[in-house]
Amino acid sequence: MDISADLTAAAPELFVAVAGMVMLMFGAFRGENSARFVSWLGVGVLIVAALLVLAGPVGTTLAFNGQFVVDDFAVFAKILLIVGAALALILAIPFNMREGIDQFEFPILIVLAVLGMMMMVSANDLISLYIGIELQSLALYVVAAIRRDTLRSSEAGLKYFVLGALSSGILLYGMSLVYGFAGTTNFGALASQFTAGEGASIGAVIGIVFVTAGLAFKVSAVPFHMWTPDVYEGAPTPVTAFFAIAPKIAAMVLFARVLLEPFGPLAAEWQQVIWFISVASMILGSFAAIVQTNIKRLMAYSSIGHMGFVLVGLAAGNEQGATGMLVYLTIYLFMNIGTFGCILAMRRQGQMVEDIGSLAGLSKTNPMMAAALAIFMFSMAGIPPLGGFFAKFFVFRAAIDAELYVLAVIGLLASVVGAFYYLRIIKIMYFDEPAEAFDSAPGREISTIVAVTALVTVFFFIGLAPVLTGAEAAASVLFAG
Amino acid sequence: MESFPILSLTTFLPLVGVLFILLVRGDEETVARNARWAALWTALATFAISLLLWLNFDKTTAEFQFVEKFDWLPQFNIAYHMGIDGISLFFVILSTFLTPICVLASWTAIKNRVKEYMIAFLVLETMMVGTFAALDFVMFYIFFEAVLIPMFIIIGVWGGPRRVYSAFKFFLYTLAGSVLLLAAILTLYFDAGTTDIPTLIAHSVPPGMQTWLWLAFFASFAVKMPMWPVHTWLPDAHVEAPTAGSVILAGVLLKMGGYGFLRFSLPMLPLASEQFVPLIYTLSVIAIIYTSLVALAQEDMKKLIAYSSVAHMGFVTIGIFTATQQGIDGAMFQMVSHGIVSAALFLCVGVIYDREHSREISHYGGLVERMPKYAFVFMVFMLGSVGLPGTSGFVGEFLVLVGTFQDNTWVAMLASTGVILGAAYMLYLYRRVVFGKLEKEHLKQIMDLEPREIAIFAPLVVLVIWMGVWPDPFLSVFDATVSNLLQNYQSALSAVEPLNLAGR
Repeated sequence: MDISADLTAAAPELFVAVAGMVMLMFGAFRGENSARFVSWLGVGVLIVAALLVLAGPVGTTLAFNGQFVVDDFAVFAKILLIVGAALALILAIPFNMREGIDQFEFPILIVLAVLGMMMMVSANDLISLYIGIELQSLALYVVAAIRRDTLRSSEAGLKYFVLGALSSGILLYGMSLVYGFAGTTNFGALASQFTAGEGASIGAVIGIVFVTAGLAFKVSAVPFHMWTPDVYEGAPTPVTAFFAIAPKIAAMVLFARVLLEPFGPLAAEWQQVIWFISVASMILGSFAAIVQTNIKRLMAYSSIGHMGFVLVGLAAGNEQGATGMLVYLTIYLFMNIGTFGCILAMRRQGQMVEDIGSLAGLSKTNPMMAAALAIFMFSMAGIPPLGGFFAKFFVFRAAIDAELYVLAVIGLLASVVGAFYYLRIIKIMYFDEPAEAFDSAPGREISTIVAVTALVTVFFFIGLAPVLTGAEAAASVLFAG
Repeated sequence: MESFPILSLTTFLPLVGVLFILLVRGDEETVARNARWAALWTALATFAISLLLWLNFDKTTAEFQFVEKFDWLPQFNIAYHMGIDGISLFFVILSTFLTPICVLASWTAIKNRVKEYMIAFLVLETMMVGTFAALDFVMFYIFFEAVLIPMFIIIGVWGGPRRVYSAFKFFLYTLAGSVLLLAAILTLYFDAGTTDIPTLIAHSVPPGMQTWLWLAFFASFAVKMPMWPVHTWLPDAHVEAPTAGSVILAGVLLKMGGYGFLRFSLPMLPLASEQFVPLIYTLSVIAIIYTSLVALAQEDMKKLIAYSSVAHMGFVTIGIFTATQQGIDGAMFQMVSHGIVSAALFLCVGVIYDREHSREISHYGGLVERMPKYAFVFMVFMLGSVGLPGTSGFVGEFLVLVGTFQDNTWVAMLASTGVILGAAYMLYLYRRVVFGKLEKEHLKQIMDLEPREIAIFAPLVVLVIWMGVWPDPFLSVFDATVSNLLQNYQSALSAVEPLNLAGR
């Protein structure tokens, strides 16, 4: 067995792991005031990692005895989550400086979490899947509580940890059931076993349900969503931005791979489960967000709703569905980063404000920011020609292709309800009389990121064709076997 | 002219104006002045270009003209495909014609955030033209929905006291209808493998699917139209919108529903259309009679005109679904005519609203003494709305009734009562506002039309009378397209007929 081929396949992960340790060394020796430098170093590491991912092997490569797989699907997802993490990290730099939580550990933890996510999307075995999930989760628990001297942040971290541990337990239990009844943990072996046999034994199906529940926790799909609003609200805002994006993308991609690859032959068993959690997430996300007054909680419900829409693609269980999921996640990434950039700019007298009412009259006091936030809100509501429309278009197309008409109609109507609370933010910004203005100059990093993501959201239709081509190529991998 | 992308130019030229307005710098006054002029010139230039479409339009063919097609998402068979035929030509021109008028009408009425206002209108123009010119269903949907964004902002920012409620109602009503349209588009796409409109028109959808698709189309277009009972957003939106917003709403946005029925429901789903004719007739007759009665009782001028719009649109839906040449020609003509007349009526209300800041009918009376020119202009449009012979309104209503009579005499009779009721509420409105003695103190100093307002109304007056006296230049444009549409419609129906007979 040639170990060098394995190492080449995992080169980006190895690089990130080593770089994370180097950053740790650097921070430890340079001391407390190295945070800014280490952060930019982290951004650099992520950029290099993305380039390594792109330079990686073409086609599907298995490594480490089938534990680890590099294919177009993994590559697409890795690029997405690295971009998301890098942007969130940049957003965090000025915030952490101002708020006095500029520890150098923060970027390191983010980089380690990204490593875990890269493992997750490349996992080809239940064991490596679990290791990936745990690596990212442990890093995230710490990051949620990084502002350890405030009650809310610690509470968020603890809550996240307890519920995360519970979900990991459920996941692990499900995996052990699957292993017990199928006798293997390798995805390829599981798939061929389920294809060959007369369906799965009841034990394996129960195992799959547990795995699904565990993963639904990670993507905060209803009914496993309870932790999301509290954690989003409690964690420092850049951390929330990070939570809303990278782990969601990684978990969702993993979800798709697990259900479509090893459990693909059992689609009939899990499809109804996904159907239900998708519908429940869309409906709860839309209705519960209406009454929120804290913008971070609102974004939490919004992301629950968005995950519901992504799951529509998974419920379809076909190639278009997987394509739609990837397109959705791509657009979701940009919309969310931009929105959180705007939230980070919501400051008065040096204090963060999170009340939605404080956005009143923003279109007069800060027209550019109001325009950007309005773009994101319209996009999230799924109004064409903005990016969010195409996201919804492709997942619903898949649902219609799979003849899930009821799901599609419920989803579309839920998006109308959802439009209400997105419009409410626009209403507050544009129709209400101005409140006190926000502090000017949110920082060059934030304004640049907001501007760029807003432009991406508006002009997404231009870049749609290449994204689709990439997503299609990535999705076809899952259905190759 | 073949290779020159004149249609795309018409569609996207307003965005160039937007770009220009965005680049304007300076103090508030300068920005406002530049924004107004830039918007006006852009809108006029767009209108001039759109007239080229009419001049170069070949009336003898039912084919799509000025076609432009580029691959956009080739692997999905979704393309950038633009083109117009006899049905869409006048809607495109109506959009480009009303936009400069709206800009002029807002010249002094809009004082704050002028820059954003002008941007919103120009963006709206692009979306409206795009809706009528798109020959790909997905593109159509994108433009159709995108209209909501600027309109929501226009109502919400520059509207009256209940603007927030109205803006939300407008947006959510329309969106709720539209998402079902999206589901239908996706289903149709799934069935035919393409979203290209000409291909879809030629494609025959399985009868079982047609019913559902038709209902989904109906959900969207009926809200947009608006048909009773989903019309309630319209009076609210009209009342609260600024004058120019009402003009566009009545003049163009309502036509999108009728356009949708003509472009999609009738040709793509002929069997279901035939099947649902009784539903359309019932709802339309209720709309005509009920909303006319409601209009009679209104105290607010804008609300009255809004309800009259619902009644007039009832004629349009009846006309479309008679599936006769006269009926559809009449419906088309009625839509164009209504686009001009109701837009002009809202402008008339705007004129006195700008002076008095009241839309209450009881606030006025005897205006003819101080405002003779205004009284004349208002009279022309009032009569146009009533459908007096010699005005544009007559031709449309007459043709619709002729078409209806061939299909169903009862419906024709009931619809005719709408003409009488229409005369009643419009004349009553006119009498209360314009005639009588000028007794109210606050009206004693009211000024007649200023040159800018005359410039706005002159082309509208000319059009209303031209269309009433010599409708042929308009009707001849629809002719080839409509007869082709009907031919396909009848052959689709007769293809199924023998099966039905065999089944009995």
